[in-house]
Amino acid sequence: MEFLSDIASLTNSTLRISTPLVFAAMAGIFAERSGVIDFSLEGKMLMAAFVAAVGSYFFGNPWAGLFMAIVACVSLSMLHGFASVTHKGDQVVSCVAINILIIGLTTALAAAWFGQAGLTPTLTDDQRFLEITLPFADALREVPIIGIIYSDILSGHYIFVYFAYISVPIVYWVVFKTSFGLRVRAVGENPSAVDTAGINVFTMRYKALAINGVLIAFAGAHLSTAVNANFFREMSAGRGYLALAAMIFGKWHPKTAVIACLLFGFTDALQIRLQGVELPTIGTIPVQLIQAVPYVLTVILLAGFVGKAIAPRAIGQPYIKER
Amino acid sequence: MSFALDKSKVPWWVSNLIVPLVNLTLALLVSGLFIFIAGENPYQAIKLIIYGSFGYVEGFAYTLYYTTNFIFTGLAFAVAFHCRLFNIGGEGQAYIGGLGVFLVAINFSFLPVPIIWILSIAGAFIFGAAWAFIPAYLQAKRGSHIVITTIMFNFIASSLMVYLLVDVIRDMKQMGPHTVALPKELWLPSFKDFAAFFGIKIRYSPLNASFLLAIAASLFVWFLVWKTKWGYEMRAVGHNTQAAIYAGISPYKNIIIAMLISGGLAGLLSINEVLGVHHKIVSGFPAGYGFTGIAVALMGRNHPIGIFPAAFLFGILYQGGSEVTFDMPNITRYMFVAVQGVIILFSGALENLFRPQIESFFVNKLNRQAKV
Amino acid sequence: MVSPILELSNINKSFGHVHANKDINLTINKGTIHGIIGENGAGKSTLMSIVYGLYQADSGTIKVSGNEINLKSPRDSIENGIGMVHQHFMLVENFTVLENIVLGFEGEVIFGKNLEKAKIDLKKLCETYNLNVDLDSVISDLSVGFRQRVEILKSLYRGAEVFILDEPTGVLTPQEVDELFKILRSLKEEGKTIVLITHKLNEIMDLTSEVSVMRQGEIVGHTKTKATNREKLAEMMVGRSVLLRINKSKTHRGDVAFKVENLIVKDDLDVARVKNVNLEIHAGEILGLAGVTGNGQTELLEALSGIRKVESGEIFLNGEKISDSLNLLNPRELKEKGLAHIPEDRQRMGLVTDFKASENLIFGYHDQEPYSKFSIMKEDKIFDYSKRVMEEYDVRPRSPHLMTSNFSGGNQQKLILSRELNENPKILLIGQPTRGVDIGAIEFIHQRLIDMRDKGAAILLVSVELEEVLSLSDRIIVMFDGKIVGERVNEDVTDRELGLLMAGVV
Repeated sequence: MEFLSDIASLTNSTLRISTPLVFAAMAGIFAERSGVIDFSLEGKMLMAAFVAAVGSYFFGNPWAGLFMAIVACVSLSMLHGFASVTHKGDQVVSCVAINILIIGLTTALAAAWFGQAGLTPTLTDDQRFLEITLPFADALREVPIIGIIYSDILSGHYIFVYFAYISVPIVYWVVFKTSFGLRVRAVGENPSAVDTAGINVFTMRYKALAINGVLIAFAGAHLSTAVNANFFREMSAGRGYLALAAMIFGKWHPKTAVIACLLFGFTDALQIRLQGVELPTIGTIPVQLIQAVPYVLTVILLAGFVGKAIAPRAIGQPYIKER
Repeated sequence: MSFALDKSKVPWWVSNLIVPLVNLTLALLVSGLFIFIAGENPYQAIKLIIYGSFGYVEGFAYTLYYTTNFIFTGLAFAVAFHCRLFNIGGEGQAYIGGLGVFLVAINFSFLPVPIIWILSIAGAFIFGAAWAFIPAYLQAKRGSHIVITTIMFNFIASSLMVYLLVDVIRDMKQMGPHTVALPKELWLPSFKDFAAFFGIKIRYSPLNASFLLAIAASLFVWFLVWKTKWGYEMRAVGHNTQAAIYAGISPYKNIIIAMLISGGLAGLLSINEVLGVHHKIVSGFPAGYGFTGIAVALMGRNHPIGIFPAAFLFGILYQGGSEVTFDMPNITRYMFVAVQGVIILFSGALENLFRPQIESFFVNKLNRQAKV
Repeated sequence: MVSPILELSNINKSFGHVHANKDINLTINKGTIHGIIGENGAGKSTLMSIVYGLYQADSGTIKVSGNEINLKSPRDSIENGIGMVHQHFMLVENFTVLENIVLGFEGEVIFGKNLEKAKIDLKKLCETYNLNVDLDSVISDLSVGFRQRVEILKSLYRGAEVFILDEPTGVLTPQEVDELFKILRSLKEEGKTIVLITHKLNEIMDLTSEVSVMRQGEIVGHTKTKATNREKLAEMMVGRSVLLRINKSKTHRGDVAFKVENLIVKDDLDVARVKNVNLEIHAGEILGLAGVTGNGQTELLEALSGIRKVESGEIFLNGEKISDSLNLLNPRELKEKGLAHIPEDRQRMGLVTDFKASENLIFGYHDQEPYSKFSIMKEDKIFDYSKRVMEEYDVRPRSPHLMTSNFSGGNQQKLILSRELNENPKILLIGQPTRGVDIGAIEFIHQRLIDMRDKGAAILLVSVELEEVLSLSDRIIVMFDGKIVGERVNEDVTDRELGLLMAGVV
């Protein structure tokens, strides 16, 4: 039975750990499907974490924090659009600028407003999101198999975890089953075709970026107002890049991207589990090395050992109409 | 509205001097706003920055010490960028470069000191280059985006070095994660020693002979990129890969070469830090210099002549900035990380924000003068 | 009763210092096929892009059926019944025909609800105009001719009354051109108006009832097609009298200089595009390679010039084996052996626009003396050389230090041509020699190629312009689906016959 509960708790943490990655990957799909590279997921996630924590603290309500995080992230997406869509600046440079700006700004402001350590104040239970116990979870716990799946794996998560996995089919539906999605995909493949159909290419890209901002805000809020009860320096810890790698590995497709996110989440959950554990023949793996596993995995996945990914055709290129 | 200006009529100093200066001014204005939001007076902050970086000899020496680091990382980013590669991994390459310096210095201590120095430079370069090799190879052969792989290699380098510093090469007599100090005769001559040689007594500053190495590296990069066949080929691959293939220039080879040189230059940062300042490997010594190099290179338009003043400017910001953090409790050094971001934004991604207007303004003005 | 459907008055448009359209006045009558003819860069496409709402005119007015309209985006034009078939098709390659057609006019938020109705409408349109397009196929699986039909269908679906076609025949076989003309005539029968932009005189004579001629951004003449002829139109187009046929003496064919045996080449997606090709080129001969775009010519040219890997087969230069699947000489080594290559897509492949002109003039020869020595570039030597070459080929402006992007398209072409021809290659591979070049330069290039042939060079000329292949080549081979499907001596062949070969019918 211990084995089963181990599996259950590992699955449970996988779902939780993958949550910000799933939001970020879905956000990335919108931006990149519309032809805009988005390495700035990392910076936006960090911004959202900071703003959500500060907002929740000031307004005493995590939803207010979430709302402010959405505003902040959409603004950053618009900034990215302003630089790379309107002014045709280099999209990668724009992302790098946003990431560095946000690393600096969040920590600097946290320090300025709340003291030297670059932390925001710890949120009380009223100011943050708490784990949700699904109905009848306690009653069903003793039922074999279903009990474990329902009560131990599915129940007891933060609301963002549910949001994240619900967002996947919604994103799929929007991208592949709506007119809007058709236009987003077209603008990332051949913007001229969209332009000659009388649709404004720039507006389409801005719309996609706005959705991108909303989704990534959830990832950040999850980090600072749910899993943790405050913001701390560089708390996104490369998750934006991991999510991007997952999205590329998932071929810009929500269904496959979510699987890659879960793979990352699982590795991370396992990594935490393995810290300090004596393994047969290998012995204890030093904690620093074990922590590097998700990053190594990212590199391996990107190296495309599982087939080469084909990006949207117009990605990274500013749309230039006049010669 | 697009301005299709006759580019050939734009004087070089407008596009290479006026436009970057306007962008820089915009960036500094926005940064001033941040300082204001943080609850301090931007004007006071500027005064402190100028005093801190120029006001006294040691302060100025500190400025040049930071400049040294930024020249290395700026050049590193620029070389890769000429091949259109975003080497965001300067941080990790510098860190691993430090390992190269340390291993050379302790294993070849029987050799004459100047030889050890030269070998250490080689060690820093080779280790930095080696750390850039895998991302380069994956980009060239598998098309894995170099931005993600180099970032991942920063994280991996950090984990690896902390592991080594805690479990393998730590000074076992001490608690902190750093190595034993190198023998004193291996330390690079500092600015203080240099001044003392001329009979001038000054207080400690970290400025050391690495500054001269940075100047040499600038000359090397200039010659490499604009005067040699390799530079020509790297630029060809960077600007138009298909054309390069047509001309028989291998993108694969050039991507690897550009990244190796880039990584090597980033590795040289550790000469300054390990051989010049700390005299041992200290945990986390690259301290964000690798990222600052991106801003330096973009501001300096990826040319050594531009990189030097840009590095100097960041030296002022860093050194003056530490003066600010000292006097203004609400400002931490992270504020200057944010400033870097703003500078990258305005001199990189938004570099064309006002370029058409500025260029046509000057072209029209010159035309009118010519007519008169 | 003739009534004007489209009236343009005093249209002006500048791109920076280039005045692309000057005071254009043009009236197009309902139910006619109106030709607009002019050289490359005469401003035809710009003018029609203004009518389609892609560009906004700096000044002037546009009336549709007598009402003045303000065109801010293609949407406005579409709503006013104007449709355009662009030279480069505006299709999303991984979408289906149906998705491409409804893009922008989906009707509902949820994509697909209206599709059944759209399908019925489209099928009806297909039948009326005999278009015969499968709505569910993916664009990338369609031939060029069918993609063009999708474009026409798209305009029809959007309710176009005026159809603008920009150089529609450039990529078609003669038979496909016939099909297209049939469609256009049936559109006219139904009362639609067609504006045909072209630089081909034959098409104007065959199809149109009225023609307007453009030169250097201006309209230099309007006329009824019946009242003019090819020579007169050509003269109006160029501004002086031109030779429509090239003076070419009989060739003095030498030994085999270049030989390809059983060549197989794959594309980037690992699909074989060149399938067992054999060919020989003799010294002093121009071998023309005709074919519809996308039948393996590009891959063949790339393999022969050392850019693309040879899957199997062998290539010989003057009897010496230079390449096979194990060993491919790279372009630079081939250049040293006297093989030059002028690529099809010159601006994209032939030069680096962010280089100085002088740097581009040695591109590919940059590691040869005197341009570099011990890997160090010899800037003074390169500069002197550049000055000389730019003089000889009349590249303007004559500033070797100027960024290549600051030269006009025609002058960029000259930079490439001068670089490759100046080395006096023994073998010359040239793709689409006159694409994007004006008539004056065409004459110059054609003459240059004949001169080189007469001096004993072996030339492989790849072109989708049948007229060009016919006027230059001594011998013609036709490529279809990666295979050489026919070989003819120039004197004994008609363009009809070649067209059938190109279409893979014979």
